[in-house]
Amino acid sequence: MFYRETGQFKTNYADDMALLPILQDRIGLGIILFVAYVIIPFFGNDFLLSTVMIPFLVFSLAAIGLNILTGFTGLISLGTGAFMGVGAYACYKLSSVFPDLNILLCIVFSGVFSALIGVLFGLPSLRIKGFYLAVATLAAQFFLQWCFVRIPWLYNYNVSGAIEVSQRSIFGVVVTGAKAAPESRYIVMLVLVTLMTWVAANVLSGRIGRAFMAVRDMDIAAELMGIDLLKTKLLAFAFSSFYAGVAGAAMMFIWVGGGEANDSFNINQSFLILFMVIIGGLGSLLGAFLGAAFISSLPTILKFGLPALGIPLAGATAEHLTYILVGGLILFFLVVEPHGLARLWQIGKQKLRMWPFPY
Amino acid sequence: MMQTYHQIARGDTLLAVEHVSLSFGGVKAITDVSFDIRKGEIRAIIGPNGAGKTSMLNVINGFYHPQKGQITFKGLTRSRMRPSVAARQGIARTFQNVALFKGMSTLDNIMAGRTLKMHRNFFWQCLRHGPAMDEEIKHREFVEDIIDFLEIQAIRKVPVGKLPYGLQKRVELGRALAMEPDLLLLDEPMAGMNLEEKEDMSRFIVDVNQQYGTTIALIEHDMGVVMDLSDRVVVLEYGHKLADGTPDDVKANEDVIKAYLGVAH
Amino acid sequence: MDILFKILIDPFLQMGSAPDLLVQTIWEGFVTGVLYALIALGFVLIFKASGVFNFAQGIMVVFAGLTLVGLYEMGLPAPIALIVTLLVMYLLAVTIERVVLRPLVNQPDIILFMATFGITYFLIGLGEFIFGGNPKQMISEQLYLPKGSLEFKMLGGFVQLQKIDIAAAVIAMIMIIALALFFQYTRIGRALRAVADSHKAALSVGISLNQIWVIVWFAAGIVALVTGIMWGARSDVSFGLQVIALKALPVLILGGFTSVPGAIIGGLIIGIGEKLGEFYWGPLVGGGIESWLAYCIALFFLLFRPQGLFGDKIIERI
Repeated sequence: MFYRETGQFKTNYADDMALLPILQDRIGLGIILFVAYVIIPFFGNDFLLSTVMIPFLVFSLAAIGLNILTGFTGLISLGTGAFMGVGAYACYKLSSVFPDLNILLCIVFSGVFSALIGVLFGLPSLRIKGFYLAVATLAAQFFLQWCFVRIPWLYNYNVSGAIEVSQRSIFGVVVTGAKAAPESRYIVMLVLVTLMTWVAANVLSGRIGRAFMAVRDMDIAAELMGIDLLKTKLLAFAFSSFYAGVAGAAMMFIWVGGGEANDSFNINQSFLILFMVIIGGLGSLLGAFLGAAFISSLPTILKFGLPALGIPLAGATAEHLTYILVGGLILFFLVVEPHGLARLWQIGKQKLRMWPFPY
Repeated sequence: MMQTYHQIARGDTLLAVEHVSLSFGGVKAITDVSFDIRKGEIRAIIGPNGAGKTSMLNVINGFYHPQKGQITFKGLTRSRMRPSVAARQGIARTFQNVALFKGMSTLDNIMAGRTLKMHRNFFWQCLRHGPAMDEEIKHREFVEDIIDFLEIQAIRKVPVGKLPYGLQKRVELGRALAMEPDLLLLDEPMAGMNLEEKEDMSRFIVDVNQQYGTTIALIEHDMGVVMDLSDRVVVLEYGHKLADGTPDDVKANEDVIKAYLGVAH
Repeated sequence: MDILFKILIDPFLQMGSAPDLLVQTIWEGFVTGVLYALIALGFVLIFKASGVFNFAQGIMVVFAGLTLVGLYEMGLPAPIALIVTLLVMYLLAVTIERVVLRPLVNQPDIILFMATFGITYFLIGLGEFIFGGNPKQMISEQLYLPKGSLEFKMLGGFVQLQKIDIAAAVIAMIMIIALALFFQYTRIGRALRAVADSHKAALSVGISLNQIWVIVWFAAGIVALVTGIMWGARSDVSFGLQVIALKALPVLILGGFTSVPGAIIGGLIIGIGEKLGEFYWGPLVGGGIESWLAYCIALFFLLFRPQGLFGDKIIERI
């Protein structure tokens, strides 16, 4: 009843092909944006912003990136963590070489470096498919991780090997470094994510998105349509690594504010993002957000939710439980709904259409 | 290297297969086969299973590269070609086992066929509004014509994986038509269809040939369809060409009757 | 020029100048390779029989090792602990079959692959929860595994072989030969191969998928236990081992995902290649190249043979 589309007729193709043709969807998005831009910064406390929202936004970007590569184009990648790392180190170098450059531009340019590296490690994808390609991305992951430690130029030869984040401002408001307020960091992240999601949605619903999906579904037939397989796969790697790189740079500069980087970009990070994409739903932008929200908030929920329910929890146990839960939930989702939370959401909308009737 | 194609008049040779031989390891799929396809005609390729019919289409397409022989298309001769190049030259194809993009809707599948005609680059795609959108709408109009022609309006937005087999084949035909091909290769377009569906599909094939002027090469087992639809027929058996001519000639040919058509007892 | 010399000539000179060191390095690589092959074997078993790429094999190795040591520390004598661990692995196989494989029958391979991710994380959490996250020492003495080393004087110097390494190599060889024979010549082996080709077809000829899967995952569990014992005896049993298990992937690429002898050949190539690379070429770039050299070796081979050295050539029928 709430989700009826009756009466919403589209009289031209432009309307029919809009990103959100259904009115209720547009209202829903409007509400979400209002909450995100207005309600949360004004009413949310520092903890909510720093520990929940900013990490969620960072991971959403990375999840969108991986979803483009694995969900839309069908190329399994286990190297997302390393590509995030490339973005982080690139941003570090850029910000130290150009101290006056706007930090947002630094972050965006680091995405470009990440995209280039992504294309390099994506070259084998013409000859290699499926699981075998996953191994090529593993080579990227471990090799790049080795580079982060063994190439001192990357971390400016400093003794600790860590990324140092200097204080940067936009329009006079401090956004990075120790003095940056959570609200400012949150808004910067939010704007970044909103813009990049809009761009991703645009690209994926057009010619290029169809090419990606064609390569995923049946690349032989795609070649027959005139789709250049190598160019399309490399574009997928570039596009996806760009998002991963920006996420990595944002992670270091806006979320964490610098520090020991090697742990943040290891193989476990790659797996974590992959789980977000699987649980959220392969091939769905909404899924990237749902999966990121789910997994990034899980440790926090456990750490604070269980004691609230009266179950005492030592710190380490929370981590173990997280693993058990993540593992169990992946299994649960794969059995119940292999297409993830996004599909469950669609089914829910369908029920909303019918409500109060059962079918 | 810019290659200009010869303008082929209706009735002239559009595609010539010349002494093509293809083998996989020890298996000889095609041995020294030559025939031609004239512009504007419907050419049937028939023969028992394993005769090399699909392999022949794959060679024309560029999926397989023959060990010997060459293909001349629109006046240009080549022996090796990539499928994407064949597509660009104007050859489109449907497959024996429907090769649709199962994760996409009917509309998206057919729009995918327009890829070669869409040129707006990555930057405009990122913005979507503006030149990219104009291009989308222009091609959407073309695709809607095809959808009307094939009478599949009702299943526009349905993911093709959910469609029954007969409709999937129709969508695949639509996708091939979207490429505006000079030569359309159909691999058993009526396999698995009942009488009514076959009649519909036959009507579509004839309409495509007459309305759009598309040259068609089709592999088909249903002799009634073959004899009614096609202008000329080529018969293959075990990779060799058995006969080549009009349906009546082929029907009367002794070798063909023995190998394939059978005699009434 | 100098760089070319350093890369192309110098390492071989070094090899020649101290041949005993070369033999030692090759031996180290051999042993590591054998252990990689054992992990790969677990993968091959499950993939050959169910078409599932069991990402959880690595954590099964750790889990098996931890269970064995944990039970011993709880007071059970070593042989009993061994039997109970086998029982635990059997129960694990049954549980996985019931909870994961049965509901997911006929799903595409990628879904099953991701399910094994889920199993991996679940077992990591469970293992840490029950046994704690600290490394444990393997109960080598109690299992009658040899200690100490043998020294051989040869080639101008001497080469030292750990007895446990020799034992590991011998045991691995026995397992591999036994499994290869099992697959080739027994009724169950044939059924396993049928299931790997097609679940539906196997069901239609009356093969009980459930039984087969329990058998195969239990067999993989046994291999995991042996691997855990051997590996744990050489270093410790820790969760770091789970990441080392990723090294099995290059091994599988070289040896093919369904070939038991391929697993050992792939393992040896990777193990020896890695050690030689690290020892003779590593110092040129600051060391530590062991972490990624194996993957690059595999990648290199893949570019020339996308189906791996022993895999079946993929002919796509359209």
